[in-house]
Amino acid sequence: MTNFSNGRSGSRRRSFLKPTEDPLWLKLLLGAVTIGFIAILLLLPLALVFKEALAGGLGGFWKSITEPDALASVRLSLIAAAIAVPLNTVFGIAAAWAIAKYDFRGKTFLVTLIDLPFSVSPVVAGLIYVLVFGMQGWLGPTLADHDIHILFALPGIVLVTVFVTFPFVARELIPLMVDQGRDEEEAAATLGATGFQTFLRVTLPNIKWGLLYGILLCNARALGEFGAVSVVSGHIRGVTNTMPLHVQLLYDNYDYAGAFTVAALLAMLALVTLALKSLLEWRYADELAAAHRH
Amino acid sequence: MSLTVDSVTKKFRRFPALNGASFVAPQGSFVSLLGPSGSGKTTLLRILGGLEFADSGSVRFADLNWLDMPARTRNAGFVFQQYALFKHMTVADNIAFGLRVRPRNKRPSNADIQKRVTELLALVQLPGLEDRYPSQLSGGQRQRVALARALAIEPRMLLLDEPFGALDAKVRKELRADLRRIHDHAGVTTVFVTHDQEEAFAVADLVAVMKDGRIEQYGAPADVRRNPRTPFVSEFLSA
Repeated sequence: MTNFSNGRSGSRRRSFLKPTEDPLWLKLLLGAVTIGFIAILLLLPLALVFKEALAGGLGGFWKSITEPDALASVRLSLIAAAIAVPLNTVFGIAAAWAIAKYDFRGKTFLVTLIDLPFSVSPVVAGLIYVLVFGMQGWLGPTLADHDIHILFALPGIVLVTVFVTFPFVARELIPLMVDQGRDEEEAAATLGATGFQTFLRVTLPNIKWGLLYGILLCNARALGEFGAVSVVSGHIRGVTNTMPLHVQLLYDNYDYAGAFTVAALLAMLALVTLALKSLLEWRYADELAAAHRH
Repeated sequence: MSLTVDSVTKKFRRFPALNGASFVAPQGSFVSLLGPSGSGKTTLLRILGGLEFADSGSVRFADLNWLDMPARTRNAGFVFQQYALFKHMTVADNIAFGLRVRPRNKRPSNADIQKRVTELLALVQLPGLEDRYPSQLSGGQRQRVALARALAIEPRMLLLDEPFGALDAKVRKELRADLRRIHDHAGVTTVFVTHDQEEAFAVADLVAVMKDGRIEQYGAPADVRRNPRTPFVSEFLSA
């Protein structure tokens, strides 16, 4: 009450703030906290990675990167992502379509299941596959009899990567497609479009931004996954080491220059992903806005 | 070539939406389904459009067993309350959609499609708006585009679900008159859902007053107004 009467009778020249406006000191404080937080926790480590990687000059950087085991780890990471990302893209679209466009029992449960990889520790995810495909596991002996290798080989790495990156595309699309509803698809059906034509001409254009965003996130995580892959890969240098595992291995062997070089490469892939996303957002800002305005 | 709806029922979970709705509409007539919300009128319309499936009952249109056909092959133009325009397409592409998705041997040439779009835009009184996007149009304009899109496929039947529900009174009246004009021009059997009795009586040849999934009374507007057959109808009409 005192504040109120002060404002009215006290200082008449006092400038009032708009209801949604905060005092200057608060704006500065919030800005400083945000920038400080980002600088210390995000930018500084990133800068240090690149500084350490280039400690031996560009020549040293190049030497570390063209080292056969490092190249093998890059190749393996790219192959794993190249298989896992398309699989989860297809799965994500299918799941989002089913959840957004149909009514059925157990829908909430299905959504929870899709979220499972987010809540399960990646190490546990890796162990699950060891339990299923390992020599002491359910399928291990049978698979070994047929000379099929899942663990400590590419298939195992791809499987856990798929598991860990499972929710990204679906999670991005489900709220989008639920929000968009079925109206446009129904309209397309009454106009004579087949299911496939409807998907290609109506659904896909409406979800393309969310889909792209989901794919980029999925890709970033697929390249960066450590825990789950670590459990199933067997850490065979130059054969089953992905980039993150190779970083760890080099670091443990006191090869800091090498470790930071591969880490820098990994960070660069992430930055390219981010740049790509920003570029697309900037380039297609009009279309994005048009899609959201409706 | 008339539309015969016979004892159609539909349940959602346990809630009955339609309890045996029947009516007959002569070829080329304009029927209004009128009733309060929850009376089943939209469900009945969506069943006619193939967007919802009846539990029992039958619908015959011309010689066709209408309910056995998927929405895609019914060739029934549907106009939605919320327009349901393809928001990533221009007005011209929206209208042309139904022609472009036809199998190749039935698809008109691009020049013909363009000509048809121009004609339809003139018919719904939006000439020259081909290159606009739906988000750049007013509500009334959007619904005119939706109507043009539904007419582009040369529909056997035109179905409208509270098409003017989201528009203000003045635009409603204009669109209503235009709809009637377009109906008379195209001669296509039209079923129009509304909860606004003034609208229903102003535009339709036949009015079906619905309550609890049944048709309480069906007839020409003047007859229904003069002789309400049940207490519900007289009460609904005097409201």
